[in-house]
Amino acid sequence: MRAGETLRLLFRGPTAIVAAAVLVVLIVTAFLGEQLAPYDATATDVSNRLQGPSGDHWFGTDELGRDVLSRVILGAEVSLRVGAVAVGISLVAGVLIGLLAGYYGRWVDDVLMRLSDVLFAFPAMLMAIAVLAILGPGSTNAMIAIGIVYTPIFARITRASVLSVREEVYVRAARSAGAGDLRIIGRHVLPNVTAPIIVQTSISLAFAILSEAALSFVGLGTQPPDPSWGRMLAEGRGFVEQAWWMAVFPGVAIFVTVLAFNVLGDALRDVLDPRQRQAMATSGATR
Amino acid sequence: MSDVLVRASDLRVHFGPVRAVDGVDLEVRRGETLGLVGESGCGKSTLGNALLRLVEPTGGTVEFDGLDVTAAGRRELRALRRRTAMIFQDPYASLDPRRTVAESIGEPLAIHRLHRGRAARRSRVGELMEVVGLNPDHGGRYPHEFSGGQRQRVGIARALAGEPDFVVCDEPIASLDVSVQAQVVNLLVRLQREFGLTYLFVSHDLAAVRQVADRVAVMYLGRVVEIGAGTSVSGTPAHPYTEALVSAVPVPEPTRERTRQRIVLTGDVPSPADPPSGCRFRTRCPKVFEPCPDHDPVLQPTGPEQAAACHLHGVTDR
Repeated sequence: MRAGETLRLLFRGPTAIVAAAVLVVLIVTAFLGEQLAPYDATATDVSNRLQGPSGDHWFGTDELGRDVLSRVILGAEVSLRVGAVAVGISLVAGVLIGLLAGYYGRWVDDVLMRLSDVLFAFPAMLMAIAVLAILGPGSTNAMIAIGIVYTPIFARITRASVLSVREEVYVRAARSAGAGDLRIIGRHVLPNVTAPIIVQTSISLAFAILSEAALSFVGLGTQPPDPSWGRMLAEGRGFVEQAWWMAVFPGVAIFVTVLAFNVLGDALRDVLDPRQRQAMATSGATR
Repeated sequence: MSDVLVRASDLRVHFGPVRAVDGVDLEVRRGETLGLVGESGCGKSTLGNALLRLVEPTGGTVEFDGLDVTAAGRRELRALRRRTAMIFQDPYASLDPRRTVAESIGEPLAIHRLHRGRAARRSRVGELMEVVGLNPDHGGRYPHEFSGGQRQRVGIARALAGEPDFVVCDEPIASLDVSVQAQVVNLLVRLQREFGLTYLFVSHDLAAVRQVADRVAVMYLGRVVEIGAGTSVSGTPAHPYTEALVSAVPVPEPTRERTRQRIVLTGDVPSPADPPSGCRFRTRCPKVFEPCPDHDPVLQPTGPEQAAACHLHGVTDR
C-alpha cells in the first residue's frame, strides 16, 4: 500500500500518463491564466467580432470581439476551482456521514442514510437547480449546490467500506486495548477506507466540472462577464452557423478535462482495488 | 489478595435466540493458565470476550480482581483494558495493514499514556520486540513484510505493552504452521513466568491445551461441563463428553496408540438456539439414562480439583 508503489503501478500504462499530463497542463493553465492568455479575456473589440481562427486569434473571437483562446484559458481556472471546491464539500461531508453511519449503525445509520437517500433520489441536475433557485445564481452557490448533490455518493461509498472494516479483527484488537471510538475511527477505520474514496474523488471531479458547465449553460452558475466554459458554450450556441469556433473550443476543453479525470479515476481504481492490483503485480512479474 | 483473579457467575451471552454462553460459572486463579476447550461453536471464544466485556453479557456477572466488570463505568473499563489483553487467532487479520508494527505494538502505550514522549515510547516498543524475539530494528515495517509466526509475535508484544495481569489467548496457535506452533507456545509460557501473567488459553485442541494449562475447563453448548487440573481432566475424565474428547487425542506411543479406543460421538451438536431439555449433552451421550432429559446437571466435585456436570456422579438440577 505504499504510495510509491501505487504511483509506479498507476503509471505503467500510457493512458494514465496521458490523463495525468493533461491534468497537470490544465492545473498550470488555471494558475497562470492571466499570464498565459494573449488578450484580456473580458475586453471587447466590436470591430473584430466573430473572426474565425487566425494567427492573431487562434481560437477566433466571439460576438463582442473577445478572444476565445484567452477566455478558454481563464475558464480553466473557473472550472477547476468550482469542481475542486464542490468535490471538497461533498468529500468532507460525505465521508463524515459515511463514517458515522457505518461505524455506529442502528439509528444513526438509519437517519443519516435515509437523508442521503432523499438527496440521492433527485436527478443530480434537478437537485442542483433547485438548490440554486433557493440560494440564487452565482459560482459560489454553484459550488455549494454541486457539493450537496455529490455528498450522498461519498456517504454511501464510505459507509459500505466502513461496514466491512468495522468487523476486522484489528479493530477488535484496538478496542480490547482500550481505544475509544474516535481513535478507532481516525486511526484504524479511515486509513483503511481511503482507496474507494480516492477513486470516487477523481470521477466526481469530472462530473462536478460537467455540472458547473451545465449550470452555467442555463445561466445559474458563473455570471458574465467571467469566462466559463459552460457559459461560452451557451453564448456560442446562437452563432453555431456563423462562428462554430465559439462553441467548439470551450466544448473541447470540457470534453478533454472530463475525460482526463475519468481515465485517471479508472486507472486509480484498477490500482487501488487489491484483487485487481494482485493480478497486475503478478502479470508484471512473469513478463 | 484473593487467589482468584477473574470470576464469572452465571454468565450468559445471548445473540438473539442463540445462547452462545448460557450460565457459566468459572474462576481463573492468579498466575495460572486455565485452558478452555470445546468444539467450534460451543461458546468458548464468546466466553473469553465476555470476561473482558468485549461483548456485552446478557446476564450474570464477571469480577476482575474484585471489580464488577459487568457494571464498570467508562473510566473503570478503561483501567481494566490496561490490565487485560487479548491475543487473537489470525495473525494476518489482527494487525492493521496501514500501521507499522511499532505503531501497533505502541498503541496500548498511546491509549493509556504510558512511557510518554517519542524516545521513551520507541525504546519501550524496542524492548517489547526484543522480549518476544523480534528484531527491534524492524519496527518501521508493515505487517505484510512478516511471516505468520512473526506477526503473532507482534500481536503478543502488543498484548504485553500495557503490562497486563490477565491475557485471553483466543486460539493463538490455531492458524500457525505446525513448525512455529511450538515456538509460540514456548514463548507464551516463558512470558508468563517472566511477567507473572494469568492466561485463559482458548483452544479446540485438547492436546495443545494439555501442554500449557494448569487447569482445563471443557465447554459444550454454552456451558462448562467439566473443570479440573489438566492431568485429572485428561487422565480421569469425569464427564462422558470429556471422555470422548480425550479418546480422540492420538497417543505418541505406537503400542498404546494401536489399542486406543475411540469414542465416536454420533449426531450433530444441537442448535444453541434450542438446546435439549435437562442435560445438554444427552442427545449424543453414550451413557444417557433416565434422569438426563428432566434434570439439568450442575458442576459437582468428582475428585480433588475436579468437577463435572453429569448425573453419573449423582443427580442434580439447576
